[in-house]
Amino acid sequence: MSALAEANSLTVGAGVGHDVSPRTPRLWARLDLAWLGLLPFGLYLLFFLALPTVLAVGSGIVVDGHVDLSNLASLADPVIMATFWNSTWLSLLTAVVGAVLGAAVCYAMLGLPETGTIRSAVDAAAGVLAQFGGVMLAFAFIATIGVHGVLTQGVAHYLGIDIFANGAWIYDLPGLILPYLYFQVPLMVITFSPAMAALKPQWAEANLTLGGTRRGFWLHIGLPVLAPSFLASLLLLFANAFSSYATAAALASQGSQIVTLQIRTALTSETLLGRQNLAGVLALGMVVVVSLVMWAYAAIQRRTARWQS
Amino acid sequence: MKAIGIEPSRGARWLIGSVIGILFAIPLLSTVMYTFRDGDSGGLTVAHWAGLFDSNNQHVLKPLWIGLTNSLILAVVTVGIVLVLLAPTMILINLRLPQLRRAFEFLVLLPISIPAIVLVVGLSPIYQVIGHTLGTGAWTLAFAYGITVLPFAFRSIQASIDAIDLTTLAEASRASGAGWLATLVLVLVPNLRAGLLAASLISTAAVLGEFTIASLLNRQVLQTSLFVVAKMDGYASSMFTLLALALAFGLLIVIGRLGRISLRKEA
Repeated sequence: MSALAEANSLTVGAGVGHDVSPRTPRLWARLDLAWLGLLPFGLYLLFFLALPTVLAVGSGIVVDGHVDLSNLASLADPVIMATFWNSTWLSLLTAVVGAVLGAAVCYAMLGLPETGTIRSAVDAAAGVLAQFGGVMLAFAFIATIGVHGVLTQGVAHYLGIDIFANGAWIYDLPGLILPYLYFQVPLMVITFSPAMAALKPQWAEANLTLGGTRRGFWLHIGLPVLAPSFLASLLLLFANAFSSYATAAALASQGSQIVTLQIRTALTSETLLGRQNLAGVLALGMVVVVSLVMWAYAAIQRRTARWQS
Repeated sequence: MKAIGIEPSRGARWLIGSVIGILFAIPLLSTVMYTFRDGDSGGLTVAHWAGLFDSNNQHVLKPLWIGLTNSLILAVVTVGIVLVLLAPTMILINLRLPQLRRAFEFLVLLPISIPAIVLVVGLSPIYQVIGHTLGTGAWTLAFAYGITVLPFAFRSIQASIDAIDLTTLAEASRASGAGWLATLVLVLVPNLRAGLLAASLISTAAVLGEFTIASLLNRQVLQTSLFVVAKMDGYASSMFTLLALALAFGLLIVIGRLGRISLRKEA
C-alpha cells in the first residue's frame, strides 16, 4: 500500500513539474473532457429517472402549468384514506412478523461457518425468495390455499375444516398477509445477517471472562447492539411491502384495497372519470411515505455502521 | 468463523430451522403437487407435465413464447445499458472525478426508494412519446428497466472496482502507451469481469421477473404472459412458475460462485 501511494505521488509530482506553463489550460481541457464523459449517462438519468419522478409527483399538483394544491384534497377522500390505512397496516404487520421470523433465522445460523453448506443454501434461498414476490408468488399461494388449493382441500378432507367458511379471504386483503411474509422473511435474512455477523467474539469472551451469563450477554450487549439494525431492517421491510404491486395485482382479483392497486385503477380509468390527477396525487402520497421511511432507514443505518466495521 | 460462545444450542437451531423451513416449503411443495393433480378425480397424474409442450397447448404456449422472447430481448438491451452506459461512467468517476463519488452513489441508489408503480405514473407520458418515435416494441421498456436495476448493478460493479487498484492499472496502461479505449477494454474490463458478470446476471434476473411496469404500459413480457395464461390454464402457469423458480435458483448459485461479490454487504 505504501509503495503504491509513493508511486502515485511520484507520478503526480512528475506531472506537475512537466507542464509548468501550459498547466491551467490543459487542466481545464482535461476536466471538460471528463465532465463530457458524464453526459450520456447523465442524459439517461435525466430522461428516465429524474423526468418520470418529477412527472409522477408533479402531475398531482401541477395543473395547466401552475401549482394547484386543490387536488391534494382527494387524499382526504374516505376511500383513498382507507387504502392508505390498508397499505399501512398490511406493511406494518408483515414487516414486524417478517422481521421477527427473519431475525430468528439469523440467530439460528449464528456461529455456523460462513462458507458452509447450510449458510450458502440459506443465503441462496433467501436471495431467490426475496425476489420471488409477484405473479409467480400469487400462483404458488393460489395452488396452496386457493379455493381449489392443495392445502385447502387437504385440510377439508382430513380435518374437516373449511378455511374459507367466512368467504374466500385469499382474494381479499387478508389473503395478502401470507404471500407478503413469504418475501419479507427472506429479505430480513438478507439485510439483518450482516449485523448479526458483526457481533464480535471478543464481546462474548469478555462477557464470559467477567462472569456474565449467556442471558446476560443478550440482555446487556447483544440486543442493545442489534436493536438499531433490527429497526432499520424493519423499516426497509415496511417500505418493501408498501411499494409492492405485482403480488396484490395477481391475487386480489377485484377491488383496489391498497394504494398501489388504487394507482392502477386511477391510471387505467383516468380518461373515463376525468380524474387525471388522482394517480399523481396517490404517487405523491406514496413517495412521501416511502421517502420518510427510507430516510429514517438511512439515518439509523449510518449510526449502526460503526458496529459493523 | 470460530465458535463464539453465544450461538444457539443444537436443539434451538434445529427447532427454528425446521419450523421455518417447513413453513416455507409448504407453498412450493403444494405447487408441485398441484401440477400432478387430476382436476376431476383428485388422483395423481403426469398428464399436465406431459401435455405442457404438446401442440394442442398452442393457445397457452404462444403467449408464453412471445413473452419469454420479449423478456430475453429486454434482458439483452438492459444488460447493454448497464455495460455501455453505467460501467464506463462508474470507471470515469472513480478515476477522474472522485469528488462526485458520493453524489453519484446517491443518484444510482435512488431507484430503491422510488416504487416501480410511482415510476410508471411518470413513465406513461414519456412512453407515449417513445411510442410515436421508436414504436411500441417491447424492447423500449429496457430504458425503464435500466433504471430499476441500477442500484443492484451499481453495487456489484462497485464491489469489483473497490477490490482492484483502478488508478494504478489505468496509469500503468496509459504509461505503456495504450489509448483510453484500449485501457478500458483491454485492461480495466478484464479486471472487473466478476463484477460486470454479476451485474449482468442480476439485471437479467430482475428483467425476467418484472411485472409492474410492463403490465401498466401494456407490453407483453414473461410475467404478463404468465398472468394471462393463468386465466386460461392454472396448471400451465404453476408449472412455468416452478420452472422459473428453478432457473432463478440456478442463476443465483452462479452469482454466488462468482466470488465474494455480495449484495448483502450493503443491503
